[in-house]
Amino acid sequence: MEEVPHDCPGADSAQAGRGASCQGCPNQRLCASGAGATPDPAIEEIKEKMKTVKHKILVLSGKGGVGKSTFSAHLAHGLAEDENTQIALLDIDICGPSIPKIMGLEGEQYMEDNLGVMSVGFLLSSPDDAVIWRGPKKNGMIKQFLRDVDWGEVDYLIVDTPPGTSDEHLSVIQYLAAAHIDGAVIITTPQEVSLQDVRKEINFCQKVKLPIIGVVENMSGFICPKCKKESQIFPPTTGGAELMCKDLEVPLLGRVPLDPLIGKNCDKGQSFLIDAPDSPATLAYRSIIQKIQEFCNLRQSEEENLISS
Amino acid sequence: MEAAAAEPGNLAGVRHIILVLSGKGGVGKSTISTELALALRHAGKKVGILDVDLCGPSIPRMLGAQGRAVHQCDRGWAPVFLDREQSISLMSVGFLLEKPDEAVVWRGPKKNALIKQFVSDVAWGELDFLVVDTPPGTSDEHMATVEALRPYQPLGALVVTTPQAVSIGDVRRELTFCRKTGLRVMGIVENMSGFTCPHCAECISVFSRGGGEELARLAGVPFLGSVPLDPELTRSLEEGHDFIQEFPGSPAFAALSSIAQKILDATPMCLP
Repeated sequence: MEEVPHDCPGADSAQAGRGASCQGCPNQRLCASGAGATPDPAIEEIKEKMKTVKHKILVLSGKGGVGKSTFSAHLAHGLAEDENTQIALLDIDICGPSIPKIMGLEGEQYMEDNLGVMSVGFLLSSPDDAVIWRGPKKNGMIKQFLRDVDWGEVDYLIVDTPPGTSDEHLSVIQYLAAAHIDGAVIITTPQEVSLQDVRKEINFCQKVKLPIIGVVENMSGFICPKCKKESQIFPPTTGGAELMCKDLEVPLLGRVPLDPLIGKNCDKGQSFLIDAPDSPATLAYRSIIQKIQEFCNLRQSEEENLISS
Repeated sequence: MEAAAAEPGNLAGVRHIILVLSGKGGVGKSTISTELALALRHAGKKVGILDVDLCGPSIPRMLGAQGRAVHQCDRGWAPVFLDREQSISLMSVGFLLEKPDEAVVWRGPKKNALIKQFVSDVAWGELDFLVVDTPPGTSDEHMATVEALRPYQPLGALVVTTPQAVSIGDVRRELTFCRKTGLRVMGIVENMSGFTCPHCAECISVFSRGGGEELARLAGVPFLGSVPLDPELTRSLEEGHDFIQEFPGSPAFAALSSIAQKILDATPMCLP
């Protein structure tokens, strides 16, 4: 019933329903009728909605558990420290929505005046509720988040994603296609086990022509709170993010060391940047956030020059 | 067609199937799958590992098997054997990628189709245990895997978490998934449970503490153990070495061996 042939040409390709591999596919008639070829009207609707959103940043990683949500939350916190900046944080990890917990918002929708958060986590009535949805239903939720949420005037929309390169990622890029995403920040840890997935993510961004703002190497070294000496819990056995970025010609935005206070603050739903202002991790975050702002401002002025010329 | 149901299929020779799950990414499912398989093999069992993480297939590297080719035989795909004795074998989408850095950008239906093939078309032969490593979440891959394995009555699921509330939050949902799909939870493993500073020997809770055991208690499932953060384990996995064989003195070794023993103890001796 959900069988799709191995060499499916794609529902929106010219060969849809007509290729040799379409024989026997349950969707063959639908594709051959051209139904897949018409663009989703939601894309235009989302473009309209996004006109009040100045900058859109995706936070990605091929790998799970590297700190995407932690980073997204602290990017939001950091940017929102300027009261005149409106920040929106959208969590499209439908199965594992971490943002409500990390932002201390389980049960509520807003915290500071200039920071708005949306997540499927807010729509679940119990912490044990599982969202056991297949791709198409997840895509529908993401479409609703982008089209039906009243984002208002926003300076930065940060989109936190689940690990991987699948439905959620394709959908958010497809739905925001007409609205222009500034770029993606890609999170990794120093290990090869992460880098091998992150290289795929970079490959994915290049395939879908999504600009890459840069890579953040998280959990980069650990400073013992007792003896203050450094050790490598996740050793960069193959050169870490630095070598990968050099090989793939992608900027390295910075390295964030492991600080046990980060985990504690996320568990409590507080901003680590405020709780530990002198931590090397806070300094690293702030430097990375600044680089992201510079990238977005540069892109904005380039666009303005293009329009006026 | 009735003929398909009557055929025993490629899983007929597999005695016990264990799924390794977590709602959360990056907690160590692949690590635990790999180490469990190695420990079971050292206990004299024949083990297979099925890696159904299509977007992030980590297992080939962890076992030093990257770049190995997969061959077709008359019963389907031959799994990659990792040793001459053929006591440990592996199938992963990682083996099917032409370029390892190429992203598998598939939507749900295509992933489901491949998982069904992986489950039914790999000629595992006779195995004591098949360990199935999954990606994080409760979506297409998980539903497809559970449905495809259901006729073969898996032993159950090992659920992996780290101590932090953020992990526990996702793992609670995974436990609901298990309940809803009728998958027995064999137990919870808490990974990354503290780090002993190599300089001053202080034990630090890098990723908070206590969550796994508390969750097991609340959910009424067995707590199988805590595995500490161990750079020797991390390095072993990066380089595709057999940690169980090489580092018997390591802090993680005792925990992993104990978990494997609990699995063996929980496994029925005679075939159903």
